[in-house]
Amino acid sequence: MNIVVCVKQVPDTATERKLRSDDNTLDRDAADGVINELCEYAVEEALKIKEAHGGEVTVLTMGPTKATDTIRKALAMGCDKAVHLVDDALHGSDALSTSYALAQTLKKIGFDLVVLGSESTDARMGVLPAMLAERLGVPQLTFAKKVDIDGSAITVQRVTDYGFDKVEATLPAVVSVVEKINEPRYPSFKGIMAAKKKPVQTLGIADADIDAALVGLTAAWSQVAEFAVTPPRVTGTIVKDEGDGGGKAAEFLASKKFI
Amino acid sequence: MAEILVLVEHVDGAVKKVTLELLTLARSLGSPSAVWAGAGYSPDAKAQLAEYGADKIYVAGAAEIDDYVVAPKAELLAQLVSAAAPAAVLVAANAEGKEIAARLAIKTDSGVITDAVGLGEGVLAEQSIFGGGVDVKSRVAKGTPIVAVRPNAANPEPAAGAGAEEQVSVTLSDAAQAAKVVERVHEEKGARPELTEAAIVVSGGRGVGSAENFAVIERLADALGAAVGASRAATDAGWYPHQFQVGQTGKTVSPQLYIAAGISGAIQHRAGMQTAKTILAINKDPEAPIFELADFGVVGDLHQIVPQLSEEVEKRK
Ligand SMILES: Cc1cc2nc3c(=O)[nH]c(=O)nc-3n(C[C@H](O)[C@H](O)[C@H](O)COP(=O)(O)OP(=O)(O)OC[C@H]3O[C@@H](n4cnc5c(N)ncnc54)[C@H](O)[C@@H]3O)c2cc1C
Ligand SMILES: Nc1ncnc2c1ncn2[C@@H]1O[C@H](COP(=O)(O)O)[C@@H](O)[C@H]1O
Repeated sequence: MNIVVCVKQVPDTATERKLRSDDNTLDRDAADGVINELCEYAVEEALKIKEAHGGEVTVLTMGPTKATDTIRKALAMGCDKAVHLVDDALHGSDALSTSYALAQTLKKIGFDLVVLGSESTDARMGVLPAMLAERLGVPQLTFAKKVDIDGSAITVQRVTDYGFDKVEATLPAVVSVVEKINEPRYPSFKGIMAAKKKPVQTLGIADADIDAALVGLTAAWSQVAEFAVTPPRVTGTIVKDEGDGGGKAAEFLASKKFI
Repeated sequence: MAEILVLVEHVDGAVKKVTLELLTLARSLGSPSAVWAGAGYSPDAKAQLAEYGADKIYVAGAAEIDDYVVAPKAELLAQLVSAAAPAAVLVAANAEGKEIAARLAIKTDSGVITDAVGLGEGVLAEQSIFGGGVDVKSRVAKGTPIVAVRPNAANPEPAAGAGAEEQVSVTLSDAAQAAKVVERVHEEKGARPELTEAAIVVSGGRGVGSAENFAVIERLADALGAAVGASRAATDAGWYPHQFQVGQTGKTVSPQLYIAAGISGAIQHRAGMQTAKTILAINKDPEAPIFELADFGVVGDLHQIVPQLSEEVEKRK
């Protein structure tokens, strides 16, 4: 089976994240780049599926040159090879552009199964997997906490507000995973060494038949009009419990008409 | 006045509160048209939608809309967008709402904004990003603005609309029928409101100490008619089910009141609750970062404070 796992490099949430003042896009140089946490679960699931059903796992990422660190991490976990979509023309791409660029690349490299995280920690939109399914015209099996494959039949448990839905489809398909699905492995020393020799193919937009007019900041379907650092919340009243802390909290809630 | 399409959220035929909030917001942008997708439409639902301002109600009652993941609803909305040329489409910013918005954006070649916490003239959407560190105002630049709005972005206020009903039939494409829902599994939920929609959320963290002790949090939640949330430390420890985790890798909540008990206030937790209107923190460590956000904080042992607070709330009811 030809499995492609989409991973994204995101700014470390533990460091300060900023928008650039020149073009209102995420300042990817200001913060350390790490693999998006949910993408590690996607990699793990892709590897598990390969271990059970055979085939090959390709890492696909779109991002600046420094995103190769993230690719190496996925390769060290056990993926076989990687495709890195990197082009200055892609800077500032929004979700519609990103899904278009990734869909074009996926059509180019081929796939039976695409695995993604269900959300990234930077944009937190959680829209990319659904957009990819729409663009590729394949079943959308998103927010999966369990994936079962039997030949070309695929079944997932899709997490909902009330529990989960059991969803059935036929491959090829797009799957996104939630963190409940597995426990991502740590790369072994051997894995890290091996990752250095695994093939990473670099593609520019022309290589993937991506129309320059549909990507990048100028193509964006939505625009940030303005932004500002959130003003600190009004400093509240902090009291020490002297045996009456619950009562004081109740008075506060009453003053705000919550009780 | 241009139409504003509002996708109705409903369970067992009952309209959810978030839809009334979206109708309230829609009134400031144009003429609200509610869109009912799937089974369960009733005169009661119609009356309620009209009461909160729906001038039109599109009803696509075909049960098969519910049989497949997300895509049918996006197809229905795309059909209405091309027929009615609305000034905007509003959906609730929950997991499924955002996916519907995502597919609709592609079908209609339109921009999409997710997780709006406010919406102003010209469909200018307010968002709070990076765990609440930065406030952003964005606008859709191409196509029909599609905005996924977080629950509690507005107070639902009644203002009667005409409520003219229009039946809509949809012919689902093959692509929309590619992922079939074969079973819906309802995990025990109880009578509490849904976490992402609740007006009040009471959350417990590592300071709660054990699964049994979460009863203390639940009692306060029930006294306030609130939902229960938990930090990742608490869900990872197995003290409370995963689906109640608030934060970066859990649910995002934006309630009127958020009560954090025994939670330190790590950035990843804040990412899920920082847009709460009012925050009450209870923590024994006066240096805990959660106090930086709190409108009111009590420094002390939650096992003393929370039961006392519950008692007071129960007394005043
Ligand atoms: C990639 C990533 C994603 C993450 N996603 C999330 C997420 O979605 N949600 C989330 O919550 N976290 C998330 N985290 C974890 C986060 O960094 C914190 O570790 C977590 O929020 C801590 O939970 P806590 O506040 O309950 O525990 P702690 O940080 O251990 O704090 C416990 C607090 O309880 C207080 N306390 C202890 N006993 C009592 C008592 N008897 N009475 C009163 N107070 C008491 C202590 O003073 C302390 O402040 C994530 C981390 C990473 C790296
Ligand atoms: N630039 C990218 N390159 C590869 N995969 C991506 C990229 N952006 C998003 N993804 C994938 O889409 C998922 C959801 O991202 P998002 O919709 O941005 O929250 C991530 O977990 C990744 O698997």
